[in-house]
Amino acid sequence: MTQPHLDTSPPVSDEIRKTTCYMCACRCGINVHMKGGKVAYIEGNRDHPVNKGVLCAKGSAGIMQVNAPSRLRAPLKRVGPRGSGEFEEISWDEALTLATSWLKPLRDTAPEKLAFFTGRDQSQSFTGWWAQQFGTPNFAAHGGFCSVNMAAAGIYTMGGAFWEFGQPDWDHTKLFILFGVAEDHDSNPIKMGIGRIKARGARVIGVNPIRSGYNAVADDWLGITPGTDGLLILSLVHELLRAGKIDLDYLSRYTNAPVLVNGDPKSPEHGLFLRDEAGKPLVIDRVTGKLTPFDQPGVRPDLAASHRHAGVTHRPVMHLLAERYLDAQYAPEAVAGRTGIPAAKIRALAAEIARVAFDDPVTLDREWTDFRGETHQTMVGRPVAFHAMRGISAHSNGFQTARALHVLQILLGAVETPGGMRFKPPYPKPATAHPKPHCKVTPGAPLDGPHLGYVQGPDDLCLRDDGSPARIDKAFTWENPMSAHGLMHMVISNAHAGDPYRIDTLFMYMANMSWNSSMNTGGVMQMLTDTDENGDYVIPRIIYSDAYSSEMVAYADLILPDTTYLERHDCISLLDRPIAEADGAADAIRWPVIEPDRDVRGFQSVLLDLGARLGLPGMVQPDGSPTYADYADYMVNHQRKPGIGPLAGWRTGEKGLTHGRGGPNAAQLDAYIANGGFFVAHVPEGASYFKPWNRAYQDWAVQMGFYDSPQPYLFQLYVEPLRRFQLAAEGHGLRQPPDHLRERIKTTLDPLPIWYGALEDGHADPEAFPVHALTQRPMAMYHSWGTQNAWLRQIHGVNPLYVPTALWRQHGFVEGDWAQVTSAHGVITVPVAHMAALNANTVWTWNAIGKRKGAWALDEKAAEAEKGFLLNHLIHELLPPRGDGLRWSNSDPVTGQAAWFDLRVKIEKVAAPARSQPAYPPITSPVGQGPATLAWKVET
Amino acid sequence: MTTLPDRTERKLGLVIDLDTCVGCHACVVSCKGWNTQNYGAPLSDQDPYGADPSGTFLNRVHSYEVQPEAGAAQLVHFPKSCLHCDNAPCVTVCPTGASYKRREDGIVLVNEDACIGCGLCAWACPYGAREMDMAAKVMKKCTLCVDRIYNDNLPEVDRVPACVRTCPSNARHFGDLSDPDSDVSQLVAARGGMDLMPEQGTAPVNKYLPPRPKDRLDQTGDIDVLAPFLAPVTDQPKGFLGWLDKALDRL
Repeated sequence: MTQPHLDTSPPVSDEIRKTTCYMCACRCGINVHMKGGKVAYIEGNRDHPVNKGVLCAKGSAGIMQVNAPSRLRAPLKRVGPRGSGEFEEISWDEALTLATSWLKPLRDTAPEKLAFFTGRDQSQSFTGWWAQQFGTPNFAAHGGFCSVNMAAAGIYTMGGAFWEFGQPDWDHTKLFILFGVAEDHDSNPIKMGIGRIKARGARVIGVNPIRSGYNAVADDWLGITPGTDGLLILSLVHELLRAGKIDLDYLSRYTNAPVLVNGDPKSPEHGLFLRDEAGKPLVIDRVTGKLTPFDQPGVRPDLAASHRHAGVTHRPVMHLLAERYLDAQYAPEAVAGRTGIPAAKIRALAAEIARVAFDDPVTLDREWTDFRGETHQTMVGRPVAFHAMRGISAHSNGFQTARALHVLQILLGAVETPGGMRFKPPYPKPATAHPKPHCKVTPGAPLDGPHLGYVQGPDDLCLRDDGSPARIDKAFTWENPMSAHGLMHMVISNAHAGDPYRIDTLFMYMANMSWNSSMNTGGVMQMLTDTDENGDYVIPRIIYSDAYSSEMVAYADLILPDTTYLERHDCISLLDRPIAEADGAADAIRWPVIEPDRDVRGFQSVLLDLGARLGLPGMVQPDGSPTYADYADYMVNHQRKPGIGPLAGWRTGEKGLTHGRGGPNAAQLDAYIANGGFFVAHVPEGASYFKPWNRAYQDWAVQMGFYDSPQPYLFQLYVEPLRRFQLAAEGHGLRQPPDHLRERIKTTLDPLPIWYGALEDGHADPEAFPVHALTQRPMAMYHSWGTQNAWLRQIHGVNPLYVPTALWRQHGFVEGDWAQVTSAHGVITVPVAHMAALNANTVWTWNAIGKRKGAWALDEKAAEAEKGFLLNHLIHELLPPRGDGLRWSNSDPVTGQAAWFDLRVKIEKVAAPARSQPAYPPITSPVGQGPATLAWKVET
Repeated sequence: MTTLPDRTERKLGLVIDLDTCVGCHACVVSCKGWNTQNYGAPLSDQDPYGADPSGTFLNRVHSYEVQPEAGAAQLVHFPKSCLHCDNAPCVTVCPTGASYKRREDGIVLVNEDACIGCGLCAWACPYGAREMDMAAKVMKKCTLCVDRIYNDNLPEVDRVPACVRTCPSNARHFGDLSDPDSDVSQLVAARGGMDLMPEQGTAPVNKYLPPRPKDRLDQTGDIDVLAPFLAPVTDQPKGFLGWLDKALDRL
């Protein structure tokens, strides 16, 4: 039989345009294949440092994002009541004139009455600068409800954490241990890394209540009880210390383990470091036995010796650390019950870590010189690498848990050494090299500095003269002193309560606050629509920018429609949340590979236009014309300080093009596009490890413009700023916490990691709510970042509550059943499904699959709106009252991170309702509904 | 009814590593994108924004829980597409000759011009690997990206199926399984690659690499081997400081 003729070399596309994905926060490089001027196909860019050619399901589905029926079409002005979704389309000029008329009087009289919060913004160095020029102290993005515990614990401990800050050394690690990672953060690099290390026989261990995704392919799984990761980690520390399996050489040279701690209980500096007159921490030199600053040439800091002076013994951090963690309370037997991990398994894990770290080290033949001037012939590493993200972070003990994980890595000598965790330039960067928060408001003038930063003690808190919070979200106050990313999740409830003060305009970007981005979703809708005795909205004005018809659109008065990610300029900057890898500093752009077919504009360009209309410094010329034509113009020509701009590649130097420091280059974006949309500067080989102490790295970092001078520093096993807050709580110093917070500060702001149970357990009876409840993000759907993508919703269009075997049997569930799920705060009724590979005391569901009827251009009968649900209804931003007359925040007491994963519930089998509960009335869609069929073939 | 070739010159196919597949669906959507744009009719979607969305996919990932007799349950992600069988029942059942297996490389294809949409082939396939496109009314199936793997318009490195090119965890491998020296054959040999449902007699070309044994930390034998690594230097903080001092001397 003859075979039909087949053309096996058909033309693929007219042109490939290389830009950066925005289907989640990973920011992979993509090749957009164009046919007839339209997007035909999207694949990964092989040259790109993040994804090296691969692309996840979301990335490949980008074409369905660009043609999504939920795309907003024009600026909208609210005509119905808030929450109804009734709008009229208006022109951009009308929209911007209106916004200017609202904002100008605020800037002139009370800039703090604008609260500008930008959600999942990836342009925070720009949006933060805009807010600073406006003069409001009320700016942050979404870190406070995401992973600030991980980020802040990492910065304070060692100058960076995971994801944007650091990564496992995939080339050399022999044991990779993954704690509580949602399946999306840094997702392609982690999938690639797991594939690579498995291919060479290295072992992967997953610690997670749920055995899905990465945990499904892990060689070993520890199905831990939620919120007890810190206890498990400190038990590992206990076992490793007992066995002496710690890297003493590393600890003495590169960490504050040998630094002496003031041991005088009567001193106002009790628990702070002994320092010389220049403020340098002191150690005892093991060579001379004398007290000396830590960084002197030839000094070998002594981990063992203490210093006795005037009848008081000052001991090194190492002593305090050993004393604490050798205590029997951290023995595997003591923690097995609470963690749900048998003692023998904890011990086996500790032994495996010890074996790999100390019996199987990695040695690279690379010479390097440390900051004390000592040259080392080789680079020796402990090839155990950890990674963790929001799973261990989003608890009220998340900061200390993340601290514990960083301390464990450091004790092993497994940070910035071969086979361990490696920083990504411009990190490492210690807390002391970051700005402090600023909050001084002057009407008609910019704020006195950047909003967010790293406090060193009570003096740096954002308090007004009367001691009340300077910020609407109460960041950097005694309730959560180290809230480095702000508290976006508290903005609406505080603004509604007028606590600490009333605001006028709430301005938000990419944040679905009336749905999946808020705790207490129903309450938030109420707050957004609530009126005062005059019938005026309690939150007077709301401006919102989004590209899609999200649930939040209905709650705004003015909508500034954004573009999709293929229609815009963007800048993934080293000043912001960079895409660097351990071997190279990298940044990237997005550029309009297609032009919008609607009356929409990139939000950042709109913000610059608004800034010019408001006359904000830096955005308007003396003649009143705008400084920047659009965001692309800003990306090229803005300089944060001389020679440092948003993009590091292809700048103008004295002798032609240069990278890092240099003047603006009018052809910079063309250079990026020609290079595939990104820029990489490779770290010199001798600078690739030991970065915080490696002279070659420090010199390179200065040359690149990351710092102005070399900044070698010690890893902080003991975090002194935490101790400064404890000292204040003990009564030292002028700035004093309110009395009701003293005990909590003394307990939770411990300078060495501790573990305590979820704060909610002290407010709601754990016996009454015995089951932990979690959400995860699927790898193939990124909550409401974009839309209900036509292809992806066929993969993740439903989200049952997954119930473990024993609970499933106990309640007599069968497939198709429904459960009523009750927390101390609320009740939902939802479909259930059985899952065996799950912690026995945990239920979970996929995050943000549930949708409100009328949103996202979906049919009101869509499964997402009928059977889909959110756990958010069960979680409140405040803990239940416990009779002390106070309402405590449901967040981490160090950083204020929202404690989403502390949730406890009880479940009961109930008759199937018509739809999942609670159900809200439909909102009017400003964009109609999507088409009935799709067959999206683009012809040339 | 349609005949199969006596033999094929090569056996191009996929080797899928179940030990590494994290179930991310990257392959599913990359396949959907490429094959909507390329070979034959686009892969359509019905009611894509409605109550009951459904569409044509040539590759889907299923997840199965496995409960061993002892120890924790496991979750296995199982990508499934056409296995390009040597004894392809979907071909022999085809009344028009639309379904055929290529002599040169063994790829099983549907000639859409000859397909009458009768659906017999989908019934005959024991793997459920074929899907009728509800808009075009023709049978769709994995083409092994026959329009990529020989395509002179693509860089050589990209002449692999879209699912293989995109797979983030490198769980998908493409090559000639008739050549014992090929990378894929070597991988199958080293990892004990398996046929899917061999009892069906379809002789599939695609192979699956089974998951490696899991949860070794639960096995007491391992703990005994590991115990020396945790031999205590001390049980008391004071003893620890003594050990520390001596250990520092040795540095």
